[in-house]
Amino acid sequence: MAAYNNWTIAEARDKFRAKEITSEELTLSCISAIDDADALGAFVHKTPDEAIDQAKSADLRLKQGDAPALCGIPIGVKDLFACKGVLTQAASKILEGFKPEYESTVTQNLKNAGAITLGKLNMDEFAMGSSNETSVYGNAINPWKVSDKVLTPGGSSGGSASAVAADLCLGAIGTDTGGSIRQPAAFTGIVGIKPTYGRCSRWGIVSFASSLDQAGPMCKSVRDTAIMLEAMCGFDNKDSTSSESQVPNFEAMLTGDIKGKKIGIPREYRLEGMSPQIESLWQDGADMLRDAGAEIVDISLPHTKYALPAYYVIAPAEASSNLARYDGVRFGRRATLSASENITEMYERSRSEGFGMEVQRRVMIGTYVLSAGFYDAYYNRARKVRSLIKKDFEDVFGTGVDAILTPTTPSAAFELGKMESADPVEMYLNDVFTVTVNLAGLPGISIPAGLNSEGLPLGLQLIGRPWEEGDLMNIAYTLETATGFSKKPEKWW
Amino acid sequence: MSIDRATAARVAKLARIKVEESSLDSLASEFNQILGFIEQLNEVNVEGIEPMTSVSPQKLKRRIDQVSDGDQQDRVLSNAPDAREGFFAVPKVVE
Repeated sequence: MAAYNNWTIAEARDKFRAKEITSEELTLSCISAIDDADALGAFVHKTPDEAIDQAKSADLRLKQGDAPALCGIPIGVKDLFACKGVLTQAASKILEGFKPEYESTVTQNLKNAGAITLGKLNMDEFAMGSSNETSVYGNAINPWKVSDKVLTPGGSSGGSASAVAADLCLGAIGTDTGGSIRQPAAFTGIVGIKPTYGRCSRWGIVSFASSLDQAGPMCKSVRDTAIMLEAMCGFDNKDSTSSESQVPNFEAMLTGDIKGKKIGIPREYRLEGMSPQIESLWQDGADMLRDAGAEIVDISLPHTKYALPAYYVIAPAEASSNLARYDGVRFGRRATLSASENITEMYERSRSEGFGMEVQRRVMIGTYVLSAGFYDAYYNRARKVRSLIKKDFEDVFGTGVDAILTPTTPSAAFELGKMESADPVEMYLNDVFTVTVNLAGLPGISIPAGLNSEGLPLGLQLIGRPWEEGDLMNIAYTLETATGFSKKPEKWW
Repeated sequence: MSIDRATAARVAKLARIKVEESSLDSLASEFNQILGFIEQLNEVNVEGIEPMTSVSPQKLKRRIDQVSDGDQQDRVLSNAPDAREGFFAVPKVVE
């Protein structure tokens, strides 16, 4: 069978419209690539039959003409999105066997646009992690490899990143609470955008930290992310924080013209001991944007240093509340009880058996910072610092800056297992450049910008003004064109 | 602020997570690492700053208070670990 799975969404759309190929053919090509890639641990629940049915309907729709851009495009879905009748476990033992009776708004929007869902993708348990090592399914693996080292695809959307980078699907959806779309995108050489808070409905997405969580697309090009984001987002009655802001035609905004745009380079993101490769890549990115007609300005975001500590109060606090629902009563897994055990023991044992260590740690930290006597000292202080972080960005945008350029991560993908002995805080540092964006509710996009000396991809992040994803993606598109990055991992799986 | 064994046990109890006696010391030590990291927030001058309550300035929407859904007992119970006669079943709560 011919392989089409390495196409971009835009390419496939054009071939559909030219009647050169059917969605069913493309879908079969992806299914075969998925079956061939179990070694990557990316797809954890496959739904090939459903996918083929969807593809047949999409082909009918395509034949009738006037089908949306995503019609017939096979994608993967992070295990955090509820899909009706399909196992949805947030990579946690506590949701063992959970088959939702409802569909998340984002996946419903994608299905309405004609997208084909190939199955569920691996992730860190409850999206808590930066290496996909906390999943009940086992690790997802990065298709990029250096000699014999097995690398993390990043996290928490590690399966989504691995699947897209390995051409198992044309695009995938992820979620981003502190960097969970952008860090894995950077680690695997793909594009990932976290839209403005409120752009995508959170209804039907397993909650981690409700004031930070956002869904977004992970794709092979900026154009593909524009196509996919447009189909995903929009106001939803079922999520009162979803925005009524108009959803523009994002793809039409990719003009490649950024003349006169002001791009800020924040001095606080220049970390001591940062790899010279990342520093020079960052400089190259700024030069390319300048060559394309943008004005590069130095800016200051003075509270950057406090973003991670504030995040590690706010996110666990919200998680401790959100995860209280896993009590072994209404859904998910209940511990096997002896006759003498009471309801409190049922809660305690169901939760200690069902939650992995990182999730337990965060739920307990969250419980502590919200507990009587510590609420003001930790939680309220963190929320005040969050106000200051948001104000840092508002001040910078107030001076006319259109977007901010930073590295996405402080390093390239690391070896699986490498952080095992490290203390939890060391793992948290992966999100140092991305977490500010969640705290301020802004859109942020990571695009692959080059390879390091080991041959691993590195990403650059652009941060935009709220609701200006179109403008942001146009700047990213311009940078993508300038870097000309087109490297793919060599197939070893 | 340092978390000792007893505090770790209290937090675990509040979070309804069973932690074995033998794990309390390592748990307390992990808490201290994370809290040590969080302590940096004390360097920030937050006087007069309001705690952030909403990411975007939009007001929460209101809707009419009316029944819009219901009558789906089977679907509500379909994922329950133990459902009997149309109810969620749990160990005895009241003697």
